Amino acid sequence: MTLELFLQHFFNALTLGSLYGLIAIGYTMVYGILRLINFAHGDILMLGAYFVFYGTTLFCLPWPIAVVVAIIGSAVLGVLMDKIAYRPLRDAPRISALISAIAVSFFLESLAVVVFTGLPRPVHQPEWLVSIITIGGARLMPLTLLVPGVTAILVAGLLYIVYHTKPGLAMQAISKDIETTRMLGVPVDKIIALTFAIGSALAAASGIMWALRYPQIHPYMGVFPGFKAFIAAVFGGIGSIQGAVIGGLLLGFIEIMTVAFFPDLSGYRDAFAFILLVVVLLVKPTGLFGEKLKEKI
Amino acid sequence: MLKINDLHVHYGGIHAVKGVSLSIPRGSVVTLIGANGAGKSSIIRSIAGLVKGAKGEVLLTRHEGDQPVQLLGQPAENMVRSGIALSPEGRRILPHLSVAENLQLGAWCREDKDGIAKDIEMVYDLFPRLRERSWQKGGTLSGGEQQMLAVGRALMSQPDLVMLDEPSLGLAPILVREIFDIIRHINEQGKTVLLVEQNAFAALSIADYAYILEVGSVVLEGPGKDMLKNPKVREAYLGG
Ligand SMILES: Nc1ncnc2c1ncn2[C@@H]1O[C@H](COP(=O)(O)OP(=O)(O)OP(=O)(O)O)[C@@H](O)[C@H]1O
Ligand SMILES: [Mg+2]
Repeated sequence: MTLELFLQHFFNALTLGSLYGLIAIGYTMVYGILRLINFAHGDILMLGAYFVFYGTTLFCLPWPIAVVVAIIGSAVLGVLMDKIAYRPLRDAPRISALISAIAVSFFLESLAVVVFTGLPRPVHQPEWLVSIITIGGARLMPLTLLVPGVTAILVAGLLYIVYHTKPGLAMQAISKDIETTRMLGVPVDKIIALTFAIGSALAAASGIMWALRYPQIHPYMGVFPGFKAFIAAVFGGIGSIQGAVIGGLLLGFIEIMTVAFFPDLSGYRDAFAFILLVVVLLVKPTGLFGEKLKEKI
Repeated sequence: MLKINDLHVHYGGIHAVKGVSLSIPRGSVVTLIGANGAGKSSIIRSIAGLVKGAKGEVLLTRHEGDQPVQLLGQPAENMVRSGIALSPEGRRILPHLSVAENLQLGAWCREDKDGIAKDIEMVYDLFPRLRERSWQKGGTLSGGEQQMLAVGRALMSQPDLVMLDEPSLGLAPILVREIFDIIRHINEQGKTVLLVEQNAFAALSIADYAYILEVGSVVLEGPGKDMLKNPKVREAYLGG
């Protein structure tokens, strides 16, 4: 393999991995706080992409404004989802919330089929994002550089919020001991709503970038990225934001590079992720960055 | 400042608190003494809003002459806003946050950054070990240090009433003395204290008033000094 070709694969992997990582953050944050796997997370990604699609076509919004509206709309949806489907089940056994999550997922997908129809729609890619440029002999689209760049900025912003702000401190506290955090006066439900808002906004951002990279949207477009990102979150250690990002990147590289080096295996590409999940669960269920702190009695 | 009338707590089929009435006057130290499972923590947790099925009256009069406010039924996150703070049984330190962050969390409801910084210093003055360890993760502190942090964290919301659930549990004898000195000190600063203790002797020595609980009911009450001399109390809780 030539260096140029390798570089192309490298940037493709970086793009895909960034998207997985960005989606995985939503799973990991909600899991970290509520021990809930939010199966509907992938569907928020799909809705975010549709919001931009309709924003630009139906309402003729300029691109940047449509993106902002879509991200805000998705964040609001995330908050509503928590309020309607998960908050009433906060004290119920965990399996109830899990079932509710599956129901929300089916509901959003079916709703999308009804409202948007099941027809895949082509997404218009702005010329400047996809016109090939050549860097060091590698032929790249600006998009493959933009996606990792945007991801890096979003992740940096998120880490700042979680580790350097007051709501972030509350999120960290809730993830370990919800009752004690409440006892200290933290409005726990508001912080949880904020978590859903952030996770959903990131999902929408990745959905929009996904639609630019693979320019077609349909009501089930969130399902597979959602599964993969969930696997990335488990791989990285569910509950850990850094783990989600690194798990996403690694999964992106594993998928792209195996196919690049062993083209015969390309038919099994989607299977790698699930094999990885099984291996991680068998060998190191807490993932790469999953922590186990012993409690003092 | 706090009056509890006919408090009942049920956990499923267990009737853990059976019509307890307590009175906690402003500026006093009141202690609850009782064997394991007597219902002490249940009472304290009911005041804090942490027990869903608690019934009865928990009336708070924040300032002399105010209309009493019913606390039962209010969410736990309102407690610190009502001027009540809890150092819970088992300490409940957030293990992955630093000592300083645990203290900051205790001051969640406050916006006065300078005041918070000053109170963190005040806690470090009370417990100098915590100052040395301010960057250490809560989970890596020794049990005794965690206990100090739990008490310090409770002070961070500037409460009028501090509830301490077994603050001397697991402490070395010298630290037990220290913690009781600190409780007395907190009280002298004008804070009302509700103290739950296994160490009946120390608790009764500093308490203005004591309630003795047995399987969910108050069986005896009176000033701390009198309880120390009470033969029944001596036999059951002070080892004769
Ligand atoms: N969440 C709960 N669910 C069911 N039963 C409970 C619960 N909490 C307490 N109990 C029961 O209620 C009774 C009183 O418990 P509580 O914790 O109030 O006792 P305590 O006086 O604080 O005891 P200790 O000195 O051991 O801390 C016990 O019999 C206990 O088993
Ligand atoms: Mg107890």
